[in-house]
Amino acid sequence: MRHLLDFQGWTRPEVENLLDTARVMSEVLERPVKKVPALQGFTVATVFFEPSTRTRISFELAARRMSADVVSFAAQASSLQKGESYKDTLLTLEAMGIDAYVIRADSAGVPHQATRWVKGVVINGGDGRRAHPTQALLDAYTLLEALGTLEGKKIAIVGDILHSRVARSNVELLPLLGAEVWVAGPPTLLPQTLPGARLTPHLEEALAEADAVMVLRLQKERMEAGLIHLQDYIAHYQVTEERLRKTKPSAPLLHPGPMNRDIELEGTLADSERSLVNRQVRNGQAVRMAVLYHLLVGKER
Amino acid sequence: MLLIKNVKLVDALGERGPVDVLIGEGRILSLNGGKAETVMDGRGLYLAPGFVDLHAHLREPGQEVKEELSTGLLAAVRGGYTDIVSMPNTSPPVDTPEAVRALQKKAQALGLARLHPAAALTQAQEGKALTEAGLLKEAGASLLTDDGHTNEDAGVLAAGLLQASPFGLPVAVHAEDASLRRGGVMNDGPLADLLGLPGNPPEAEAARIARDLEVLRYAVRRGKKRPHLHIQHLSTKRGLELLREAKRAGLPVTAEATPHHLTLTEEALKSFDPLFKVAPPLRTQEDREALMEGLLDGTLDAIATDHAPHTQAEKERDLLRAPFGIPSLEVAFPLLYTELHLKRGFPLSRLVELFTDGPRKVLGLKPLHLEEGAEASLVLLDPKERPVDPKAFASKARYSPWAGWILGGWPVLTLVEGRAVHQALE
Ligand SMILES: [Zn+2]
Repeated sequence: MRHLLDFQGWTRPEVENLLDTARVMSEVLERPVKKVPALQGFTVATVFFEPSTRTRISFELAARRMSADVVSFAAQASSLQKGESYKDTLLTLEAMGIDAYVIRADSAGVPHQATRWVKGVVINGGDGRRAHPTQALLDAYTLLEALGTLEGKKIAIVGDILHSRVARSNVELLPLLGAEVWVAGPPTLLPQTLPGARLTPHLEEALAEADAVMVLRLQKERMEAGLIHLQDYIAHYQVTEERLRKTKPSAPLLHPGPMNRDIELEGTLADSERSLVNRQVRNGQAVRMAVLYHLLVGKER
Repeated sequence: MLLIKNVKLVDALGERGPVDVLIGEGRILSLNGGKAETVMDGRGLYLAPGFVDLHAHLREPGQEVKEELSTGLLAAVRGGYTDIVSMPNTSPPVDTPEAVRALQKKAQALGLARLHPAAALTQAQEGKALTEAGLLKEAGASLLTDDGHTNEDAGVLAAGLLQASPFGLPVAVHAEDASLRRGGVMNDGPLADLLGLPGNPPEAEAARIARDLEVLRYAVRRGKKRPHLHIQHLSTKRGLELLREAKRAGLPVTAEATPHHLTLTEEALKSFDPLFKVAPPLRTQEDREALMEGLLDGTLDAIATDHAPHTQAEKERDLLRAPFGIPSLEVAFPLLYTELHLKRGFPLSRLVELFTDGPRKVLGLKPLHLEEGAEASLVLLDPKERPVDPKAFASKARYSPWAGWILGGWPVLTLVEGRAVHQALE
């Protein structure tokens, strides 16, 4: 594995191998001294053209726990708008001897573009609507912890699928591990097709007998763009205790965060037994350690 | 006097020859040889009438960092073009007779391709107040268009068509419904969904063409002179069907297709390379096939480049922020010669017609054929293949989605009224 851009072209053994490493990293995180020398001498840059404190901290901690040097670069979208070239930004970092770039951008494909410009390893930290592969890996890891296997499991993803990189990456990854993925949302927020997923505008259909439910954050812009009406959305797509009765009993609940309580999901659910939100955050670090390790020192994917 | 010996001829009338073409006094003097100071071996080459481009963005005035007349018109003659229509979406836009005259004067001084400036249909291209059609025509405007912007107000378009009709000025439209297109940067469909890129639906083009054809119908009914609507860079199968229907019904409408819509599809966006970002967007293979069909059956009148240069840095932004446009003056003919004629058997004579008489007709110019007495605005084409090298472009935009493609049919000599403006013979 040279870069981690999305899961196009990935195989099941490659993913399983990576998740196995994440398990080892997870053990490291249980220790009193949460640090190993695995990436000593490597320098990782987090290059965030779109702000995301949570993801950036998760990556930076992951790198530090493996003794890598970390630099972080945050660019303002406004300076890009003015024509400041992020190619130049990356080339500047390249000149400083960066081994891995974690790139986050509001536009799909920026990490792909970056691979044409830098020699280092590129990790997609979330690009526009395209992909958020480490989020999908941590989701898969969390689901495996909860369910044991994804083989034959029905996973429902609910919300704004069209604009969601999290949904796209999960739809690419979870079927690789044997899951059947359903996505549900209002027609204006559903893609025409998404290879690997069953699409439905009826939440009930996606939730029926689901083994796990992933709820996506609803962005205010969608209302402003005239794509949905908030009350209508809440009435028909909010994930509630009541609606979760359709799923398998105690099917776990995931959310990539940050949550809009009482909009995409009933507020109390976030703190319920079913919620794996905090596990997701914790597992995020282990998964990102595994990714960095595989890309920088692992020979194979 | 120039004698080109043993050269094959190709124009809208067909292929003939080889013959010995004698050129002097700005005309073709003879197709049977004669005495000349300069003698050229035309063996294996094709001679065609000079190409006419209905749609080039030359960026002057105001955006000379992207292109200027001197580089754009040099790129034109290197592409075999003797006549170029420049788009008015400059800064400021070309919306007055003075601006049209200034451009022409400067172009004439350069002595490269002949410039036929298009003028804005509305003041400042704002889509509200019309420009002075009659005065613009007298100043030398070739057509009226707000290209670069879409004409949202149907009433303004109707008035524009009516106002331009007595002067024989075509009104050219960028047919896209901006409200359906929203922020689309590539063709809307399963691939855009997969790539997570905002889609620009084919229906945005079809919906606007349908509306514009109704507006045209109205202008035909109300006008004393027939108006002329020209649809720019048509890109969809559905848009083509609407056009075909309208032509059958006798509506005075013409249309063009671009080299990029004829040689590339949305698949190119898989690279996430903004080089392929263009408006209207690259479509599906089905649309591409439909366009080729439309070129063959006469539904489409011309191939126009929509040469749209930007700076390299602008094209190295992300897909949301990079500007729309592909530069193509220097490769348009070799591309289609290779991809359509050589690879798909598209008739060479029809292809040449789409670069010559097709656009000439749209502009109200007489057809130009290779016969004795004809104006010697000509291009000599070499079928020998070589790769596209953007670094060698005369255009300021030295990048290309076709970089490295192996093409034949390169213009090696371009004559404007007998005067050599480009020569690249080995
Ligand atoms: Zn246009």
